[in-house]
Amino acid sequence: MECENFIILLYIFVLAIFAGYQVISKVPQLLHTPLMAFTNAISGISLVASLVIAGEGRNTISSILGAVAVAAATINVVGGFLITDRMLRMFKKKERAKA
Amino acid sequence: MNAYNLLAGIDLRQDAYLGSLLIASLLFLLGLRGLSHSETARRGMKLAAVGMFIAVVGTLLDKRIVSYEWIIGGLIVGTVIGVPMGQWIPMTKMPERIALSHAFGGLAVALVGVAEYANHYMRLGPFDTCALSLEVLLGAMTFTGSLMAFGKLMGVLPGRPQTFPGQNAVNLTFLGGALAILLFLTARPDQQMFFYILLSVGLLLGILGVVRIGGADMPVVICLLNSYAGLAAAATGFALYNPVLIVCGALDGGSGLILALIMSRAMNRSFKNVVFGAFGARLLVDPVATGAGGTVHEGTSEDAAELLKLAGSVIVVPGYGMAVAQAQHAVRDLADLLENAGTSVRYAIHPVAGRMPGHMNVLLAEANVSYDQLFELEAINDEFQRTDVSIVVGANDVVNPAAKNTPGSPIFGMPILNVDQSKAVIVLKRSMRPGFAGVENELFVQPNAMMVFGDAKKTLAEMAAALKKEG
Repeated sequence: MECENFIILLYIFVLAIFAGYQVISKVPQLLHTPLMAFTNAISGISLVASLVIAGEGRNTISSILGAVAVAAATINVVGGFLITDRMLRMFKKKERAKA
Repeated sequence: MNAYNLLAGIDLRQDAYLGSLLIASLLFLLGLRGLSHSETARRGMKLAAVGMFIAVVGTLLDKRIVSYEWIIGGLIVGTVIGVPMGQWIPMTKMPERIALSHAFGGLAVALVGVAEYANHYMRLGPFDTCALSLEVLLGAMTFTGSLMAFGKLMGVLPGRPQTFPGQNAVNLTFLGGALAILLFLTARPDQQMFFYILLSVGLLLGILGVVRIGGADMPVVICLLNSYAGLAAAATGFALYNPVLIVCGALDGGSGLILALIMSRAMNRSFKNVVFGAFGARLLVDPVATGAGGTVHEGTSEDAAELLKLAGSVIVVPGYGMAVAQAQHAVRDLADLLENAGTSVRYAIHPVAGRMPGHMNVLLAEANVSYDQLFELEAINDEFQRTDVSIVVGANDVVNPAAKNTPGSPIFGMPILNVDQSKAVIVLKRSMRPGFAGVENELFVQPNAMMVFGDAKKTLAEMAAALKKEG
């Protein structure tokens, strides 16, 4: 049973790699820094794992580890989306008066 | 391990949880697709943020969660630190900021792995243990490696590569040892001591791996750490049977890898060379005497302004020096003056200019430079020969003709901007010190090149003042 699950997860992983490659290779050099900030923000998805550890109420040490993980992941989610937005707002095409 | 079976029967709360993860995964992918155009990028980012919100709310519905105090505490602390890190960090500090957030990502993943293992090690199967071990190894490496990169970028740690004899052998031994422990744990999941040894080796490998990396290689290393952070998250997904972690990890890991490949191609170097080469380690013997031979033509800001007054077309080539001097606004001011006088101004951005991918684009965007004036290497390289004046602002290796002309030079074969082909070149530089590759720059002794030494921001302001006065 463990093995069956593993195969399903592997399907997901491989397909996500393909989909990701298609999408990411189309991001222009212009937006590479926002891309890094963006992937940083979504890598904060480890928050969903941290939340379970912090909230399981298994033992104090586990909860503390979970809470620190929640904090670290939240920093990436909150900080990551804010800074990506800040950067993307700066990328503008200006209308310049033709001399 | 108390993970559910993906094929298990119907449970509304659990289905809502799994559904939220699926929706989140789709929104992340759609969000990334938005980043392929600057017009749609912000919308894409918002989609991803919605996805993140849905995933978090869905997870809070998960029946494994029984208490909320620690969760709320963590969320508050994270938000209190995260908001300033997103809102007030200056754009010039972006590489440092990104390195630090990789460290947080690695830390979160490593802690999750340790807690999962400590709670369940008696009941783990081989696949679970293998995934958990990989997660903790990668997470720990990313954590210390990113802190090292952060320290180097901040200047707290020496930026030059630190090397010692037998370094490769030591690193490879540790790496081999880590893999051996990983295999052993897969066979014997209950061997706790080895799990914590693996954790320590991971922490050590991060330090050892980055200590030897020099400033110019930072873009590649930051991308690689981005990739490791993603792979660690994907391993977490395998260990916890969590599909959204796998999707995000794959996207993050893939993106980091693609960027790292682009960066090393732009330096004409292989991965192996970046990781094991310690490029900038060569110490320069005599930085002042130009190895290329010939005289340097030094000019003042007024001389440079004179040149610009006669120019019909100008290309600005920014480098890391522009970020250090925070000169992006001064560049823009000068460009405005030139454009008002009818001169065309464009910007040529080398892929590895700066300390991370796209570093220069962000700085110039911050200074309100329109992005249709920013050109990639391939798009503008043939234009230099038709250009009157190129202004090199704190760039060095990426404009060094030695990459084309001098076989045997460490940077030979690297694609460079053909600045040397423009009619005149103004080079703004702090001193004659060579760039991070430690290579003399033949451009600086060319007869059409004029060096203006000093702080780039100040020099640019002086040039602008001189243009205003006479124009």
